[in-house]
Amino acid sequence: MQVTVNVNGRDHTREVEPRTLLVHFLRDDLGLTGTHWGCDTSNCGACVVLMDGEPAKSCTVLAATAAGHEIRTVEGLEVDGVLDPVQQGFTEEHGLQCGFCTAGMMLTARALLDSVPDPTSLTDAEIRDAISGQICRCTGYATIVRSIRWAAEHPKEEQPA
Amino acid sequence: MQVPAPFEYERATSVEEALKLLAELGADARLLAGGYSLLPMMKLRLATPKWIVDIDPLAAELGYVEEDGDAIRIGAMTTHRDLLESELLAGRAPIFRDAEREIADPVVRNRGTIGGALCQADPSEDLSAVCTALGAEIVVRSLAGERVLHMEDFYRGPYQTAVADDEMAVEIRVPLHDRSSSAYEKINRRVGDWAVAAAGAALTIEDGVIADAGIALVAVGSEVASTAAREALLGREPAEALFEEAAAAGAAACTPITDQRGTAAYKRHAVGVLAARALGRAAERLALEVA
Repeated sequence: MQVTVNVNGRDHTREVEPRTLLVHFLRDDLGLTGTHWGCDTSNCGACVVLMDGEPAKSCTVLAATAAGHEIRTVEGLEVDGVLDPVQQGFTEEHGLQCGFCTAGMMLTARALLDSVPDPTSLTDAEIRDAISGQICRCTGYATIVRSIRWAAEHPKEEQPA
Repeated sequence: MQVPAPFEYERATSVEEALKLLAELGADARLLAGGYSLLPMMKLRLATPKWIVDIDPLAAELGYVEEDGDAIRIGAMTTHRDLLESELLAGRAPIFRDAEREIADPVVRNRGTIGGALCQADPSEDLSAVCTALGAEIVVRSLAGERVLHMEDFYRGPYQTAVADDEMAVEIRVPLHDRSSSAYEKINRRVGDWAVAAAGAALTIEDGVIADAGIALVAVGSEVASTAAREALLGREPAEALFEEAAAAGAAACTPITDQRGTAAYKRHAVGVLAARALGRAAERLALEVA
């Protein structure tokens, strides 16, 4: 079947099998390998992407279903060479070691920061809860939480219109 | 790599269209809602439908939580997250928020739906227990019309419901009483795991006695509704000793098995403790003076 999925603001049309999962569509059909493919069982969260701004595990979403939504992957965080504050935060606070969980963690962080009017008011417990469906097997949770906190405290500067 | 076996795909953009597809495709078709139960089952070949009818486009049409006279109406495509965040449910049926805090994880809760959870009919799943404790009714629709099924009649045992091949669950109705409350207690080893054991309780008090009660015991056998616990409570004055007695009766009657989450004896003990706690918390929320 033919599907058209909007990824990072662009429509991509491909011929796929109906059973194609979004994670494989992104990686194999579009070459967007920043989204990682982990446990396959919707447990680990390495494959998290944003669907209409909300985190979803792309190993458990059909590409055909995604056709009705706007998908944002880690490749869509950086805009015109400027890193998203979340990416900057992961750099500043050493939020990654092996990097396998990082794309999913950063997208969930982006959604979390976008979901509250004042991200600086987020508690560590709220940040931890938001990423509780994602596993860092380097167990670097403390630095991931610090990285998200850094991003909360360094919001993207509004571009002059 | 785990992928489902090949299937044909249809996308329904209205309930009417979904029902037409189900009528046409019959037993060969499965509805795909949030996908977090069905797709894993398909990856494991525990489910091999020939047709998938994707009802993702019905998220708006069937996504609502509304008070309607003496009931709360919940659309079948309402997500776990919307149930968790609903102030209406938190106030009138707090068992929902209790359970939702512990269901899967926040990312899964963004997509998983109440209709999907109930139709999966997993006796270890929390919303089936919540709806059982509350005595909820499920509205099931086909092209021929609607049926309203009490949870007792809807749930037919593990992975089986009374929903026919040409029907779909469209709404859940939670009865409301002025003097009722509810609570949920769960032990799970880590975020996203199934319950080791869990218990849901709902109490309705009239003239100082328990006029109605619902007790659901989770992950301790194929029966979710605990008749033994319910019967121990009806017509009696709420009291801590009574809650313990009822919980013990429920625990004695359940049928847990030993597995990697614990021994049968441990689960039986745990579910009794959880049921007594859930009853106590429901009573506390009614601001009852409990002896």
